[in-house]
Amino acid sequence: MSTTTTVTASEKPVRDRTDKLRQIKLVVAFGIVWVLVLMMALSIDNSQVLFLNADELSKEHQPEPFNGLRLVWIGFAIVSIALVVAVINRIPRNGWAMLIHVAVGLSFYAAFTVWYYADQTAAVEAWITNPLPSMVKYCPPLVLGALAGVVCERAGVINIAIEAQLLMGAFFGAVVSALAYSNGVGMIAASLAGVVVALMLGLFSLRYHVDQVVVGVVLIALALGLTTFLRGQIPTEQENAHLNTLLSDSPDPLTPIEIPGLSSIPVLGRALFNQSILVYLALLAPFLVWFLLYQTRWGLRVRAVGEHPKAADTVGIRVNRVRWQAILFGGALAGLGGAFYTVGSSGSFNDNAANGQGFMALAAVIMGRWHPVGATMAALFFALTAAMKDDFGLVTKVPSELIAIAPYLATLIAVAGFVGRVRPPAADGQPYVKD
Amino acid sequence: MQLQIQGLTRRFGDFVANDAIDLTIEPGEIHCLLGENGAGKSTLMNMLYGLLEPSEGQILLDGEPVTFASPKDAINAGIGMVHQHFMLVPVFTVAENVMLGREGGPVLNRGAAAQRVRDLSDRYGLRVDPKALVEDIPVGVQQRVEILKALANDAKVLILDEPTAVLTPQEIDELMGIMRELKAQGTSIIFITHKLREVKAVGDRISVIRRGKIVGTAEPTATEAELAEMMVGRAVKLTVDKDAAEVGAPVLEARNITIIDPRGHEVVKDVSFEARAGEVLGIAGVQGNGQTELIKSLLGLIRPSAGEIMLDGDDIGRYGPRRSLEAGIGYIPEDRSHDGYVSSFSVRENLVLDLYRSPEFSNGPALKLAEIERNADDRIQEFDIRTTSRETPVGSLSGGNQQKVVVAREFSRPLKVLIASQPTRGVDVGSIEFIHKRIIAERDRGTAVIIVSTELDEIFALADRIAVMYDGRIVDTVSPDIEREQIGLLMAGAGGAEGGAA
Amino acid sequence: MTKRPGLRLDRKALEGVLTTAAAIVLALLIGAVLMALSNESVIDSMGYFFSYPWDFFSRSFDVVTTSYGALLDRSLGSGEGLANTLNRSAPLICAGLGVSLAFRAGLFNIGAQGQIILGTLAASYVGFTWDLPGPILLLTSVLAGVLAGALWGGIAGLLKAATGTHEVISTIMLNQIASFGVLAYALGELKSFQRPDDDLGLPQSPPVPDAAAFPEVLGVHMGVLLSLVAAAVVWWLLTRSTLGFELRSVGANPDASRTAGMSTAKVFILTMVIAGGLSGLAATMMINGDQASNNASLVGSVGFDAITVALLGRGTPLGSVLAGFLFGILAVGGGAMQTTSAGTAPEVVQVIQSLIVLFVAAPAIVRWIVRQRRKEPTSTFAAKGVSA
Repeated sequence: MSTTTTVTASEKPVRDRTDKLRQIKLVVAFGIVWVLVLMMALSIDNSQVLFLNADELSKEHQPEPFNGLRLVWIGFAIVSIALVVAVINRIPRNGWAMLIHVAVGLSFYAAFTVWYYADQTAAVEAWITNPLPSMVKYCPPLVLGALAGVVCERAGVINIAIEAQLLMGAFFGAVVSALAYSNGVGMIAASLAGVVVALMLGLFSLRYHVDQVVVGVVLIALALGLTTFLRGQIPTEQENAHLNTLLSDSPDPLTPIEIPGLSSIPVLGRALFNQSILVYLALLAPFLVWFLLYQTRWGLRVRAVGEHPKAADTVGIRVNRVRWQAILFGGALAGLGGAFYTVGSSGSFNDNAANGQGFMALAAVIMGRWHPVGATMAALFFALTAAMKDDFGLVTKVPSELIAIAPYLATLIAVAGFVGRVRPPAADGQPYVKD
Repeated sequence: MQLQIQGLTRRFGDFVANDAIDLTIEPGEIHCLLGENGAGKSTLMNMLYGLLEPSEGQILLDGEPVTFASPKDAINAGIGMVHQHFMLVPVFTVAENVMLGREGGPVLNRGAAAQRVRDLSDRYGLRVDPKALVEDIPVGVQQRVEILKALANDAKVLILDEPTAVLTPQEIDELMGIMRELKAQGTSIIFITHKLREVKAVGDRISVIRRGKIVGTAEPTATEAELAEMMVGRAVKLTVDKDAAEVGAPVLEARNITIIDPRGHEVVKDVSFEARAGEVLGIAGVQGNGQTELIKSLLGLIRPSAGEIMLDGDDIGRYGPRRSLEAGIGYIPEDRSHDGYVSSFSVRENLVLDLYRSPEFSNGPALKLAEIERNADDRIQEFDIRTTSRETPVGSLSGGNQQKVVVAREFSRPLKVLIASQPTRGVDVGSIEFIHKRIIAERDRGTAVIIVSTELDEIFALADRIAVMYDGRIVDTVSPDIEREQIGLLMAGAGGAEGGAA
Repeated sequence: MTKRPGLRLDRKALEGVLTTAAAIVLALLIGAVLMALSNESVIDSMGYFFSYPWDFFSRSFDVVTTSYGALLDRSLGSGEGLANTLNRSAPLICAGLGVSLAFRAGLFNIGAQGQIILGTLAASYVGFTWDLPGPILLLTSVLAGVLAGALWGGIAGLLKAATGTHEVISTIMLNQIASFGVLAYALGELKSFQRPDDDLGLPQSPPVPDAAAFPEVLGVHMGVLLSLVAAAVVWWLLTRSTLGFELRSVGANPDASRTAGMSTAKVFILTMVIAGGLSGLAATMMINGDQASNNASLVGSVGFDAITVALLGRGTPLGSVLAGFLFGILAVGGGAMQTTSAGTAPEVVQVIQSLIVLFVAAPAIVRWIVRQRRKEPTSTFAAKGVSA
């Protein structure tokens, strides 16, 4: 009997329509990128572009010319290889495929950047800056928010309210850091504010079985209204002289901590090793979440309650307790991410500080297929495009609006074209009710 | 370990699912619990396993009263359960499934877990690969994983809830071997089933449950007819009255159908058959051998990768369900709550779920509400659908009445072909007889009928010709006079014209 | 399982009304607490609470009644106020209907915002550039707005039908593209969208001419009537039409619908087209109704409020109308609270709005709070197929 069953189990996957469709999509996508990169390469007249390898212009750090065209051709070669691999249908179906996609994406990005800055006509020539330091600098809300989403959804709770957690984190991070005159305390408060949103999410979705998407959306509206209202209650400086509250005196925002030696590694050094403590935490968090989800008892249980809660229940796991733990942990992550907008950058809270980045974090969760590493990669991509929006303002080779919508357009194309019908955790969004 | 149940009662609102049940399971005994679908077997077992709280009564282990607040308590007390719907996480490996809930430390040790699985499978002769993903292994092996899970918790009392539904006759034999082996090592087993044959083959004692009450106990020597009568409460005819079929011309022809599922596995392999007017073609086979996909392709829900489905000289496989329904196919899906009705819709709406487009019930973009209401009243009466009103949501009806809604709808228009998959699954005996009669009546009207069932009894009762599916192929087509054993062999892939796999 | 279905239905409807009413009262109470606690004189009185507790209560009462009184007075207290409120409700009702309709098909349309933005652009562009005789200009302008919204919604429907892209993701992205891409481009780069007399530095378009404006009666523009007509049409669509039957069926059980021969792709696309069209109609309330200039903040949060309107209205047309009206009252009256002696910040209205929806979504919580416990802890409208 076992012989008969193993026959069915070890059967080779057969090529069918979906498989062919996947190949066609890849060939078309890589083909378009190939054509674009080729056109950019051919349209560059002057191969020299300026590059500044520092945060700011200074005596020691001047923009230097380098042969950008060569970089474009290298990118072209990479895209060509990927295209050939796609044509002969040798793109693997596992994690390596992701690497190929990233390589093609980076090639396109490099080629576009060089093309964008090449052959300038304006009086003052703009230069390329290394996008990585500012990408990493912008990443905490996106990365931590996306990880919060991953942890929650892996446990079977849809967390639309990442935006709310970021907002509350930002606001209470600012207020408490001022009250306590300590950024550290502010960050803890931000985290706790995220936990409070998670508590509401849990109360309504786990305890009262309200639709989780609905709760999430409403929590965002609530957080937006509450933070705006409360910010209005903080006295302005003139009023403050009379009231004498503590809120006027907030500590300076977090400053970069340079790790000597490592920070002078070319290209990556300043990006990875000259950042604030919040950024370091955000960079470590993906590893922590991966370890927790895949290597610990807790993670196994979280994934079990997200996939098949009844199965978990029948081996004695308290489904809702595990879900509570997961969403509270997620809330702490996202709240900490929210601290970036205040404690991590400006120190003061602006209305709607998160400005939709919670939604982008949600998109990163789906693009990253509910995996901490995938979601982090997607979040870093969004952070990169945010950095790009700032950097590319000086030249106007393409309308600035096009660059502004690049991340959204890319997400739409990626999700529609390649992610498509991904498989979320099987019990995602379903309250667990014993019958 | 001796397990005693005293006066166990469970109510859901006004409904008494279990009514003062008394039962004693001795150590090393295989105790069979026999009852129809909906008799209350699962409720009882869920109380034993800590999934449901009893309304009254108590459970005693070796004379000591115990209460199970959660399955954890039951597991710790030495009770293990193999659920009818496997409680396995599909995306986890076998080892991960076995270790879940008893991981043995905050950080996972997958090596040790795999070793534990290997040890257990050696000891009890349950071969599995600990590193295989559960979703990749066949159901028979998944069941072994379920048993291993219980054994890994040192279960002294093992509850097997309808374990044979997904197995071939040969696998059932093997399972019974395992049960005897466990019994020999001192494990008590509660074996829940509604199949009389199995009870007689393996049971030491038999308790029969009906409408939430234990109506009697019997020895394995009792005849099947006696057991059936105890189970249903009246003498049951296990056969359907029908005349010989007047077979006409082929109506629907499947030619060389091959289907590849989304994961890239070939689940239907080059299947050809024809359904003829006035004849019931039964498709037999163990669940998961391609029947589901084959049937769905006949309606156009799945597009075959190769092959044609010819109805009246047209390949209807290319168009989708709407064209197939309009071409005269009636379809009773395998899983009615999933594909057969919309549970929040009223009986009235569900009775026109695939008919609202017809000129009878709509006028361009507008529905004819009066006609739809009239239709509902007629069907409710004709098919004896027990509902408080035509506006009651179908989700709140009993399983049998839900199925009657689906059947009534499909029978309310002229059909060329009727495709019915598991037409009586989870349906009470009265409704089974009713639905069987209607199917035969449809046949006698000259419709080509295709019945898919994993219940051999149903196939034998209805079919005029039986096609047996194994591993995505029709291994043989036989007449219903064939011996049970031989069909069993065919269902396991042995023998037959094309069955070369075994 | 009662045997008197007629009676049960009535009781259920009554219960729904009561729960909603209780939710509104509760949210207003919490709003009152916020108002009181944010008021200086109340805070002062807390300093000596144990000496003169009555001071705290009377001052709190003063603040709350002044604020809510001003809110009601501004929004309903005068003919002009009522007209403002109705005009303000109209876009909320239309967009809320769009979100509701999508709910019923199992689609969570977060994209009303983007659909409205596209609608305002098309309606205003046609309104102030095309040279057509009066009524025809109005008609084409409104039609352009509706079509643009329908197009933007349709993209999300098409993506869902063709590739399975989750509509939450696609509508979020389409919102961003609409506001940072299309709207910013139109205001920043297109000559026709730049107001010639503009000296505010804020890029904004001219308003549509009077010919393209909705006629007004007593300060209430025709758009209000249109929004009610839209509600009636949606009601007919949902309960009396084959498309509505398919839509509700697909929303409740897509698999059974497919088995019954329905095309889920058709339903997804058509639903999103109609939903987008309703959002586009909401856009014309601002462009042709208020004759507003198009600028980066014209739409404000109407697209998101539409979601809360739909949730509060439990996915029904009548519910959307009532919820839209309520939110219109809050929006118009909210600003009035600031100028009273209580000086309450208008943002408290937003908190109240979201609390209402939260409580409506969880009737169990409301019952628990109002001590009317029943054994039915599930949400009443969550079953409308709002799943991700």
